[in-house]
Amino acid sequence: MMLAANMFVGPAIDWFKISPLLVMLGGVLLLILAGSLTPQWKQGTYGVVGALTAAGSAVCTAMLWRDLGEGNPSSLLANALSFSKFSLFATFSVAVATLLAILVTSGFLVREGEDGPEVFALILSAAIGGMVMVQANDLIVMFLGLETLSLAFYLLTASSRWRSASGEAGLKYFVLGGFASAFFLYGVALVFGATGSTNVEKIAASLSKDTVLGGSSAMLLAGIALLLVGFGFKVSLVPFHTWTADVYQGAPTPVTALMGSVGKTAAFVALIRVFTVALSSRSDDWRPVVVMLAVLTLVIGSVLAVVQTDVKRMLAYSSISHAGFILVGLVAAGHSASADAGLGTSGALSYLFIYSILVVGTLGIVSVVAGKGDNETSLSAFKGLGKSNPVLAMGMTVLLLAQAGVPLTSGFVAKFGIIRAAVSTESYALAVVAMLAAVIAAFLYLRIMVSMWLSEGAASRDVAATFSVKASIALCVGATLALGFFPSLLLQFTNQL
Amino acid sequence: MSIPILTLLVLVPLAGAIVASLLAKSSESMAKNVALVSSIATGLLSVWMLIKFPTGSAGFEFVSKHAWVSEWGISWHLGVDGISLFLVVLTGILFPLVIVGIDPHHDHKQYLVWMLVLESGVMGSFLSLDLFLFFVFFEIVLVPMYFLIGKWGYDQRVYAATKFFIYTMAGSAFMLVGIVATAFLARRDIGHLSFDLIEIAEKSNFAAGTGRWLFVGFVIAFAVKVPLFPLHTWLPDAHTQAPTGGSVILAGVLLKMGTYGMLRFGVYLFPEAAVWAKPVLLTLAVIGIIYGAIAATMQKDLKRLVAYSSVAHLGFIVLGTFALTNQAITGGVMQMVNHGISTGALFLMVGMIYERRHTRVIAELKGIQAVAPIFAGFFTLIMLSSIGLPGLNGFVGEFLVLIGSFATARWWVVAATTGVILAALYLLWAYQRVFHGEPEEANKSFAEITKREAMLLSVFVAAIVFTGVYPKPMLNRIEPSVKSLLEHVESHSNYKQPEIKAGE
Repeated sequence: MMLAANMFVGPAIDWFKISPLLVMLGGVLLLILAGSLTPQWKQGTYGVVGALTAAGSAVCTAMLWRDLGEGNPSSLLANALSFSKFSLFATFSVAVATLLAILVTSGFLVREGEDGPEVFALILSAAIGGMVMVQANDLIVMFLGLETLSLAFYLLTASSRWRSASGEAGLKYFVLGGFASAFFLYGVALVFGATGSTNVEKIAASLSKDTVLGGSSAMLLAGIALLLVGFGFKVSLVPFHTWTADVYQGAPTPVTALMGSVGKTAAFVALIRVFTVALSSRSDDWRPVVVMLAVLTLVIGSVLAVVQTDVKRMLAYSSISHAGFILVGLVAAGHSASADAGLGTSGALSYLFIYSILVVGTLGIVSVVAGKGDNETSLSAFKGLGKSNPVLAMGMTVLLLAQAGVPLTSGFVAKFGIIRAAVSTESYALAVVAMLAAVIAAFLYLRIMVSMWLSEGAASRDVAATFSVKASIALCVGATLALGFFPSLLLQFTNQL
Repeated sequence: MSIPILTLLVLVPLAGAIVASLLAKSSESMAKNVALVSSIATGLLSVWMLIKFPTGSAGFEFVSKHAWVSEWGISWHLGVDGISLFLVVLTGILFPLVIVGIDPHHDHKQYLVWMLVLESGVMGSFLSLDLFLFFVFFEIVLVPMYFLIGKWGYDQRVYAATKFFIYTMAGSAFMLVGIVATAFLARRDIGHLSFDLIEIAEKSNFAAGTGRWLFVGFVIAFAVKVPLFPLHTWLPDAHTQAPTGGSVILAGVLLKMGTYGMLRFGVYLFPEAAVWAKPVLLTLAVIGIIYGAIAATMQKDLKRLVAYSSVAHLGFIVLGTFALTNQAITGGVMQMVNHGISTGALFLMVGMIYERRHTRVIAELKGIQAVAPIFAGFFTLIMLSSIGLPGLNGFVGEFLVLIGSFATARWWVVAATTGVILAALYLLWAYQRVFHGEPEEANKSFAEITKREAMLLSVFVAAIVFTGVYPKPMLNRIEPSVKSLLEHVESHSNYKQPEIKAGE
């Protein structure tokens, strides 16, 4: 017995370096334990605790930024998590998006009369999952993060107990998400079989020596394909996108915001890390497939977005189109022969950060317009908003123009970064396709703007937002404009990735 | 350090827009004052710049350059030369006139805010010497124009506004890729990533094939904006549905962003490609001239007629640009300004007719001259300037374009000249139908021109007559820059301008 105990040596743990995760975990425990042991807190207090937790996590991440570089480890917890600018920036993105989404959720739950600790605990759990995914240095750890994130999302999607659509969406998401996880896990297994490791860097090293265990690269290729399918589900690339519109529409609106921001960022960052680090030496194999997926996602996402009549469905399809844009960044990052391949990674990460803010802000406004019951999300619900509530309509306009990629908004900076990456690796045709898809998608944003400003309002419905929702929307709009006018605020960090 | 006058030209209207938008909803008159002050201040600044502009200078003046996005090699780089000088002044003067003279009828405050944002964007487009910065302004202009057409326009306004937005944005999509590609490809020659127009134009050395592709990317965006046949279909809709103020600005300065872009970012950046693409662009320009004229003849709606005449007139500008001679390009630049004045004024008068009669259908208007002779007189003069009557401004530009193009593009000129005749045909015919004859019952009460309208139009008429009679001060300021542009083209390609003795 003594012997066995001595044989297990725990890894050295640098507690401070995993503080973003620990803060989140603390928040979850506080909400679950204290929340369930005490009588109902004052309205909105749960949300404040959640928001403070997310903010604390973001601050810890920001403080870690200067611990990077020379003399510091590049991985943590016995190589389970990576510790780099890339992982820290992504963690920061997740924390910020979580904060903004919690503010929207808090106001939403108060309005619906469903205030309680569970939803916030689940959101913070999802954030932990997302952070583990973006930091993971090992495919198994990544899978743990993915499952933590996904399970929290399934529950959150179904969390609106009075709306049957919510439960239906939750079930649908659960079944399809389960499939996707299985694909991912099988992919991990095959890659492990081919390379003998699940560690991202060890896989890369093994592949760069050009030795594939078992003598056949078919296993590796099948593994790569399955990983791509699994990720494709999670980030909703065409043709793995079919769940997106239904789930986005059925989920409570703030949860949709969380999915579009934290969910997308986490899955995309993990995808980028696996493909550009672990599988970079096989980029000739996966790049053509990713190019095809990108084109399909861009075009089909944009076109289907235009024909929708429900704003949440529109935004679901537009999120697909945005995913195609980010994938263009991955294509560029996979161009290993080019010295500018790094631009793809930084472009994609900037895009994810900017898009997260846009999507939370946009859906925050949708949740306000949807009114009590969260049902009024059709395009006609926005009619006359410009008259009845010009400030809200103006905020929405800024966010929509940013999504369309109009200059002087952060959306343009995001698109420019991707186009820059694509062009620097000489993928001109892909860049043109991406821009044209953006033009098609612009039509969709114009439709919402027409409804708000240019259609005579049926009846000026009373839309009221609580303070926390207003704060979140204001932060999102402010950030959108600030990054649009002064892109350097963001680029000074992402340019070094 | 002197005053950064060009930066002010961009920022003063923007500041006005911000102040006006922050005003309370009830204070419409206050918003109007703010709009007036900022647009007039911009106008005065532009005139002051014109006075200070050293005649004979070929390079960029009043340059202001600051780092903006240093990570990407992007700077706030503004400058003005002979080619952009009068476009800037035109913008500076046209906007206050529109703001003072045209009543949008509802939501005044919002209207004025969008107008000022538009002015800022247009100014920026004409002044930018950084590719990225230019794109930002070029594209941001869409937003205010979209709202101006969509909110204050006529029946089909939403359709027209959306069409305008999508068409132009689709064109810009190619240009954005082109801009980024230009910067990255030029990096090898420059040594670092830079979006600076002058740096790229002077130092880069694109392979012929590359330069041509890039040129095509830029020209698609400009061709939509101009608009060049066959990408013109958004224009008649946008013009017809836009409110009068929007039409005047659209015709007056917005379309020039396309022709100006062709010169500044097409010919200057890719001289070899411009020479290569010359036959195609000349052909499209001439088709536009003739097609626009024929289509204008057929129109039943007076405003649509003027819109199609714009297609024809802008064809002349493109013809002059790609004929690539000193005279032709100078004429083209003149024509940009002249078209802005005369077509802007025509749209203004069509707007006045609509205010009185609530129709623009030519068949329903008849005999206006009998009831409103002074109104008819103004219309006659402006129309003649649009036709290109000697002694008025339209003649100078058109004549220089035709004469300058003759040596390098003879048969295109021959075809284009028919456009001049057709212009006389459709405008005079329209005039005859609208103004001559016995007024019908509905037209008998057609009100004579008001004092305010007359004062407004007098500014245009003064510009029309002055430039027509004495174009020399303008030509003196435009020519040196055109000459240096063509020297740049000649030194960067194997093109040589034919030797022509300028008429003594």
